[in-house]
Amino acid sequence: MRRSTWLSGPYILWMAIFTIIPLGVVVWFAFTDGAGHFTLDNVLRLGDYLPIFLRSVWMALAAALICLVIGYPAAYYIAGRSPMAQRFLYMLIMLPMCMSFLLRTLAWVALLEDTGIINGFLEALGFTPLHLIRNDGAVILGMVYNYLPYMILPLYTVLLKIDPRLIEAAQDLGCTGAQVFQKVTLPLSVPGIVSGFTMVFVPAISTFYISQKLGSTSSILIGDVIESQFKGAYNFNLGAAMSLGLMVIVFVCTAVMHRFTGDEEVVTL
Amino acid sequence: MKSMKKFLAFLCAAVLLCACLPLSAGAEPVTITVYNWGQYISDGTDGYIDVNAAFTEATGIEVNYVTFDSNETMYTRLKTGGSSYDVIIPSDYMIGRLIAEDMLEELNFDNIPNYQYIDEAYKNTSYDPENKYSVPYTWGTVGIIYNTKYVDEADVGSWDLLWNEKYSGKILMFDNPRDAFAAAEQLLGIDINTESSEDLRAAAEKLAEQQPLVQQYVMDQIYDKMQNEEAWAAPYYAGDYLMMVEENPDLAFSFPKEGFNLFIDAMCIPKGCQNKEAAEAYINFLCDPEICAQNLEYLGYSAPSTAAREYMDPESASNPIAYPSEDILALGESFNYLPTEVNQEMDSLWLEVKTGSLSPESGGSQNMALYIAIAAVVVLVVVFLLIRGSQKKKKANRGTH
Repeated sequence: MRRSTWLSGPYILWMAIFTIIPLGVVVWFAFTDGAGHFTLDNVLRLGDYLPIFLRSVWMALAAALICLVIGYPAAYYIAGRSPMAQRFLYMLIMLPMCMSFLLRTLAWVALLEDTGIINGFLEALGFTPLHLIRNDGAVILGMVYNYLPYMILPLYTVLLKIDPRLIEAAQDLGCTGAQVFQKVTLPLSVPGIVSGFTMVFVPAISTFYISQKLGSTSSILIGDVIESQFKGAYNFNLGAAMSLGLMVIVFVCTAVMHRFTGDEEVVTL
Repeated sequence: MKSMKKFLAFLCAAVLLCACLPLSAGAEPVTITVYNWGQYISDGTDGYIDVNAAFTEATGIEVNYVTFDSNETMYTRLKTGGSSYDVIIPSDYMIGRLIAEDMLEELNFDNIPNYQYIDEAYKNTSYDPENKYSVPYTWGTVGIIYNTKYVDEADVGSWDLLWNEKYSGKILMFDNPRDAFAAAEQLLGIDINTESSEDLRAAAEKLAEQQPLVQQYVMDQIYDKMQNEEAWAAPYYAGDYLMMVEENPDLAFSFPKEGFNLFIDAMCIPKGCQNKEAAEAYINFLCDPEICAQNLEYLGYSAPSTAAREYMDPESASNPIAYPSEDILALGESFNYLPTEVNQEMDSLWLEVKTGSLSPESGGSQNMALYIAIAAVVVLVVVFLLIRGSQKKKKANRGTH
């Protein structure tokens, strides 16, 4: 027991320097003004940005749900292939992640633009061009595209680890294919669903670049607002308060999510 | 034995040579960091001069060249520190702000003899009245770039083109508060150097009215968007229009009749500069009439020196967009320095415009929203606790069975 504590020392040190202390700095900025005096103004002003917070939550939830709907069958399929095929498919999932996230988003812009590749194609075929970019749908599409691997990978790992004997047992006892899935596979893969959902939801809610490129001027997300506080407006205090607000939302959402799974160990807030 | 000696001699010679080499090569090469707007120097494309390479060739000083996309971005970078710059090229009003906040070094004009070529009209400016901190790089105007294929000529000529619902979704807007507010203020007939809160709020409301029509708030991305016709109308700097029109000849430029911003971008040395003399040499080099002419011929921006215009080809030197007539120039207004509080007010109004959260008047609604937020959090926490409680009970029940 003592030894394992000692082994985690480097990580605890790392966490102290790069997580706990910066978090303290964020809190300090959030509750002070430009001159360094204590104030609640920044936190009180968060109310102004409530619609943006809510929109971010909504978009992130939508993206995570779509990722789940697409990702679960994909993970299920991969986990059922031969080891060779699995390795190949796994690599295919990972492959887009090897390219810069900014480039991938810009590629979507080039595809979806009014004068973009898809519309050029449609026009060449004689169809009327579609308005594909600069709406909430395009932003969610961008999120799903960028974060889908984070959903598939944990699901795949969990599905792979399910003991095949359990499934065989269910079949021996007369379950149909659908029943096996519903009564054995699905319940056993819940931890994968929760961790995949969290891994998509958390980056999606703080997304900032995708919404600027694929969204309209009114689909701005809280990540964009935080970015502009630091980059352009030079108001670190309000930016820090927003980050703090976002963190609270993320904690509450993930806590509720883990509650549903009844997984006691995960919820240690 | 002999060969051993020879080897030792060779070794000594080699060591000596190595020790001497860096000295004879002039110690370590001096490097300066230049922080300039994006797309704002001739970099050797299309057969034009590569200014930084020419400078290194002439002086042996290496240039580390980095860019920003708005004065505000540059300001934040300087203010947050962490990196040091030797030469920066901001615009007039930002120079005023930097001087007021004591962020610039005074220049030693003995090292910048080419300053004599700068025209008198660009000296003793409102932002640097004593000519102590800055040397003009270019000047220019702001106007509206539009695509003649899609925009009706009848709608052109005023700032209201950018508020025209006919072109909804095809309008781009400045992604920096000062230029964006100026456009709204000129449309409303407000002084672009106003410091009054009511005026700023009126301008912000005008911008909020425009927000649903705007495709995107952009700076350098305007090049792509206008050239490939993704957007049809955008306010931008005349010099950049001259570069864009070479790629897409359907683009046109108009000076809004309500007035427009006339700006000067000037070279300064920020506090914390590592190598002031080399930085001054760089400034001096860019003022050299021949270099300035070749640089600006590529850029399309206007030269603050008549001497340089003489080196340009006559067509660029008399371009009506770069060097408009006196009548048009009379409509131009320069930005003055605004006090920090006014800048901050503008920054925060601008953010509210962009996020669509411009509250009509501060007060009531703000508190309402806050209460809603608190209520939402409380509800979530309660739900959380309830679920936890019911699950514990379930577990306990299971245990007893």
